[in-house]
Amino acid sequence: MALLEVKNLDVGFDTPEGEVHAVNHLDFSLEAGEALALVGESGSGKTQTVMAILGLLAENGHVSGQALFKGKDLLQLNTSELNQHRGNEIEMIFQDPMTSLNPYLRLDKQMIEVVRHHRGLKKAEAIAKAVEILRALHIPDPSRIIRQFPHELSGGMRQKVMVAMGLLSEPELLIADEPTAALDVTVQVQVTHLMGALRENSNAAIMLISHDLGIVAGLCERVLVMYAGEAVECGSVEQIYYDPKHPYTQGLLNSIPRLDQPDEKGLKAIPGNPPNLLNLPGGCKFRDRCPKAFDACSEKPPMQADEDGHAYRCFLGIPA
Amino acid sequence: MTDRIMRVQDLSVHFKLREGGLLRSKTHTIKAVDGVSFDLDAGETLGIVGESGCGKSTLARALLALIKPNRGRVLWLGEDLNKLDEEALRKKRQDMQIVFQDPLAALNPRLTVRAIIAEPLWTFFPKIARVQVDERVRGVMKMVGLLPNQVNRYPHEFSAGQCQRIGIARALILNPKLIICDEPVSALDVSIQAQIVNLLKDLQKKLNLSLVFIAHDLSVVKHISDRVMVMYLGRAMELSRRDHLYKKPLHPYTNALIKAVPVPDPKLARAAIDRGLTGDMPSPLDSPSGCVFHSRCPFLIKRCQLEVPALRRMESGDWVACHRAEELDLTIGKSG
Repeated sequence: MALLEVKNLDVGFDTPEGEVHAVNHLDFSLEAGEALALVGESGSGKTQTVMAILGLLAENGHVSGQALFKGKDLLQLNTSELNQHRGNEIEMIFQDPMTSLNPYLRLDKQMIEVVRHHRGLKKAEAIAKAVEILRALHIPDPSRIIRQFPHELSGGMRQKVMVAMGLLSEPELLIADEPTAALDVTVQVQVTHLMGALRENSNAAIMLISHDLGIVAGLCERVLVMYAGEAVECGSVEQIYYDPKHPYTQGLLNSIPRLDQPDEKGLKAIPGNPPNLLNLPGGCKFRDRCPKAFDACSEKPPMQADEDGHAYRCFLGIPA
Repeated sequence: MTDRIMRVQDLSVHFKLREGGLLRSKTHTIKAVDGVSFDLDAGETLGIVGESGCGKSTLARALLALIKPNRGRVLWLGEDLNKLDEEALRKKRQDMQIVFQDPLAALNPRLTVRAIIAEPLWTFFPKIARVQVDERVRGVMKMVGLLPNQVNRYPHEFSAGQCQRIGIARALILNPKLIICDEPVSALDVSIQAQIVNLLKDLQKKLNLSLVFIAHDLSVVKHISDRVMVMYLGRAMELSRRDHLYKKPLHPYTNALIKAVPVPDPKLARAAIDRGLTGDMPSPLDSPSGCVFHSRCPFLIKRCQLEVPALRRMESGDWVACHRAEELDLTIGKSG
């Protein structure tokens, strides 16, 4: 049984302008200990997918479908039932370390809150554990750092503290939403290595959300590419990077500025802009920006998988 | 002197910061920009790269004389910008424009696209005819890839990439000689970044613009710059021709920045065991003695802690501030 199995997930928001379709009929699964990346441009529905799974949607949001965590549908649970899983077996690292830490509390207090609640640890035990994890993350002088307030730390340090908080309860599933987006490049490398090391030391499954395929490559085994709320391609990192089938995935890969390749022809952008979620086009949603679109694309292509599990939503991949 | 448009000499911007109460107050000095010099030719693109807090945005503002430097000069076509009176400076500013990092925040949400793009024209030519303004606005909108029939829309109706195009159109409308781009693509999706970089590159060729392109990582800059300056804690660490810098960087910090760029290739990415730099950039309130980079440098020797390395010219014509530049071989792709 998969650790997390999402079936036919739909997320929408009621707005004064009409209904926004953030996620449409999304299916995916995650095995224990596996690392999966959700990749797509802003507005592709990556963040709202995990927000829906964790019951964190905004007030005007609604969700349908199933999200089975170890066989139990998270979408059917009430808040107190959900709270037995959130922060315990499932942890989330939020995107912005500046706003996700409480500025009024010292780090030790906010770091240990969750383990004390779920594990019933004594305060001293919990703090000792937190210090140990900070040390494992190569944070200098952790017993001093942990007595500080968030504003006393740099952005990189704060994000490392967020990662440490995510690890503290030894979750079975760690969801990280753009954990490196706000960081400097040299610190980005450090945080990425940290998450890699975590995978080796624990058996946590990771869901990594990012708009940048560059960061995902070294960390994950499988990639799910989303466009306009839909899965457009899903496969192993090798399949996605060395043999991308969907023109959108190909476009994402080509648009990454690379230092290891000559660039006589300049950068290859994906033309156009992501579609308006209020008013989605019929047929293939990528059609307007696709360099390979043809007549058949006015129909919506089905998600199809070849024998080795590489799935994509494009007519071009269908063998004649 | 052929077509040099800007010459920056020993530019320093220091901020004073007071800490503590009335009685025991201490004054700290933050050296946001410290002794930066470079020249910029017409039609040239200079990339400026460094992590947050390295002083690149302060430098951008000092280049436009929006901040007065504590030391040094900014010469615009031979004239010292900080010696001009307000009116003369205002006239010079027609030729220098800036594009900001956060495209949505840089546009007034209550103005239409027409009003936003036309604003510089009204400021400098208050008596200009409306028809002429409209014509110019439509012209620059076409140049940046916006549809002229979108003139009456508001910024929120556009995506982030399109908003950045509006910002560029506003910068172009006065036919400037220089555009300073302060992290113009950092807030954009990777797929859209490439559009904006290519647009700036095309515009530059077409209009013979000089660009100062500021970014926090080296990957984007490679595709647009002729020369690249790497900054750390307010100081220039290296200033090299593009092709030299990416093949064989002279400064260990440049080398670390190059290695920090993620490689979108699973096998190569997994093989990269090099952990890069450890730690964070030190606080500018408490910058290290000697070479400011010495606390994170893998090639540290005793001299680095004692003596500030000057930015000096190497045989290749590139500039570097490192005591060990001659003996280090940092060629990219070489193991070790």
